[in-house]
Amino acid sequence: MRKGIMSMNTFIRTLAALGVGLSLAGAAGAAEFPHEKPVEQSWSFAGPFGSYDKGQLQRGLKIYREVCSSCHSLSRVAFRTLEDLGYEDAQVRALAAEYEVQDGPDDAGDMFTRPATPSDYFPAPFANANQAAASNNGAVPPDLSLIAKARAVERGFPTFIFDIFTQYNEGGVDYIYSLLTGYQEAPEGVQIPEGTHYNPHFISANSLAMAQPLTDGQVTYEDGTPETLDQYARDISAFLMWAAEPHLEARKSTGFVVMVFLVLFAGLMFLTKRKVWSDVPH
Amino acid sequence: MSGGHSTYTPKTGLGRWMDARLPLPRLVYDSFVAYPVPRNLNYAYTFGGILSLMLAVQIVTGIVLAMHYAANTGIAFTSVEQIMRDVNSGWLLRYMHANGASFFFIAVYVHIMRGLYYGSYKAPREMLWILGCVIYLLMMATAFMGYVLPWGQMSFWGATVITGFFTAIPVVGDWIQQLLLGGFAVDNPTLNRFFSLHYLLPFMIAGVVVLHVWALHVTGQTNPTGIEVKQKTDTVAFTPYATVKDALAMVVFLLVFAYFIFYMPNFLGHPDNYTEANPLVTPAHIVPEWYFLPFYAILRAITFNIGPIDSKLGGVLAMFGAIAVLFVVPWLDTSKVRSAVYRPWYKLFFWLFVIDAVFLGWLGSRPAEGLYVALAQAATLYYFAFFLIIMPVLGLIETPRRLPNSITEAVLEKNKAGANAAAQTTQG
Repeated sequence: MRKGIMSMNTFIRTLAALGVGLSLAGAAGAAEFPHEKPVEQSWSFAGPFGSYDKGQLQRGLKIYREVCSSCHSLSRVAFRTLEDLGYEDAQVRALAAEYEVQDGPDDAGDMFTRPATPSDYFPAPFANANQAAASNNGAVPPDLSLIAKARAVERGFPTFIFDIFTQYNEGGVDYIYSLLTGYQEAPEGVQIPEGTHYNPHFISANSLAMAQPLTDGQVTYEDGTPETLDQYARDISAFLMWAAEPHLEARKSTGFVVMVFLVLFAGLMFLTKRKVWSDVPH
Repeated sequence: MSGGHSTYTPKTGLGRWMDARLPLPRLVYDSFVAYPVPRNLNYAYTFGGILSLMLAVQIVTGIVLAMHYAANTGIAFTSVEQIMRDVNSGWLLRYMHANGASFFFIAVYVHIMRGLYYGSYKAPREMLWILGCVIYLLMMATAFMGYVLPWGQMSFWGATVITGFFTAIPVVGDWIQQLLLGGFAVDNPTLNRFFSLHYLLPFMIAGVVVLHVWALHVTGQTNPTGIEVKQKTDTVAFTPYATVKDALAMVVFLLVFAYFIFYMPNFLGHPDNYTEANPLVTPAHIVPEWYFLPFYAILRAITFNIGPIDSKLGGVLAMFGAIAVLFVVPWLDTSKVRSAVYRPWYKLFFWLFVIDAVFLGWLGSRPAEGLYVALAQAATLYYFAFFLIIMPVLGLIETPRRLPNSITEAVLEKNKAGANAAAQTTQG
């Protein structure tokens, strides 16, 4: 027991030292990265009355399926929810059926694969994190279901105060857009690890394992939208915002009704209060 | 419960029957209808009611969330995401609960500052104040454990850092930490016991709130003048006067709360908590929720050893001391005058203290390096000096302004001054 406590002490000290070391590295990082702040874009879903542009979400889905999905999973998004993007039930079924998912065991006790149905989720490109890392220069490509809410560059004082009044919630999508359009040659004198790619917008280092994934003309749009990197980056970012916050429109429209109700209620309460207290100096 | 003479007279036969057996209607009538409150209470005094409302909001949303949540490290994060995506209005419940914690703390900080400004802790209200401190402590424990439940990166690493504090305690520290964690590191047993306690503690808070309200109704409320109620004209009946004023304040508070729920639901959270907990990847910068930041800054301000106390233990002692000192405030303040309104110097030091606490909060969000450490040390020094030096000494040397003879006199004086000012404006 005594020995156990001693080794526990050592462990905690090591952990603490590690924690301090990492947090110092992080602190240095917080000041240093990203080199360039995200470039703020105008989004259809920003502001109190914002809503998703279904055409944009459909284009974003196309980019995810043709480009991102070769490395990144989208495991928390079910095919059935794609009806939010304006697809009919039959279209969703057809789209889901293009994917194979594992099911089972069958009556003989064997696992089998079958075409996906709307109740299935997007299958991951790799069987597990180790396989994903082995195929990607040691870095696991993160799942994209929540990425638009899981990344944000610190806004700093006093900007974060103003953000309350301007309702700035688009730090995640601005970051994704900036990262996808921000790849460039490493400046002279900057050494980056082999197999990584310089990007001044990357949140935690000089360079990242992912090479520039999108270039002009890479994905064909059928609705006449320009096939440029800039447009692609905007569309995939919007799609990922929807993936992370599918009930954004319901939230904002409910919010408006609630706010109107509370303002009227507060007004009535104010008049009642004034009437009740009118005969009492206070 | 009010300690005074009851004026309740049941009007119906059923009312008299009930009153002779279980006088619950009498209790409610005496406590929330006929109960006399000072007529000069301002809106700072409405936060007690707002806090009761927030406790109710948190318990109701929490109970429904618990119906859908799974306290297991393998599926906790996913179950929260299913609440957000698949449960009917689940996104609303979760955003209400998560932002509700923040707004609970906003209200409690206003409530505590109100108490410090108007000297609400002074005799005979010491028990009332101490019970309030107990509630605050329970709130902190509840909020900390609740933040661990979504099993995001900040949940996991916040729990690792905060439970690590206990290892600084000599002899029993490691044992306490292992008891909290249910093992040697944050894992499934930790999540299970935190969920259990997170469900238990709010009901303990509700219990202490009953005692807090009881103590309040025995001594009566303070008021901005700090003078005790002396005559009938000093007070008004709780209903309708305080009821309608509290209700207005609640609706306005809910308006701000709703703005955050519907338009800025993730503003007060940390983006890292949308990444599932991973014991192998440490976030670049571990920070607690905003309402703990001042104490986090105090913890990290102690970077030096004091005699046999190393910096780690020193930091933990300073952090817990920052809360413990609140409990003895009634005996630290030596002034005979309650309200800061009549204490010009105390008023100045009080506002400096408010600025200091907010500043500490900002420092808590900064990395503990360079100039930030020195600033945090200076701010920590003022934090403790306010309680341990300024409060006792100022009470002995400060000359207070002239006190009015009664609440009624104070109100009428103020109204006369207001009327004069208005008359001058009209003439001008």
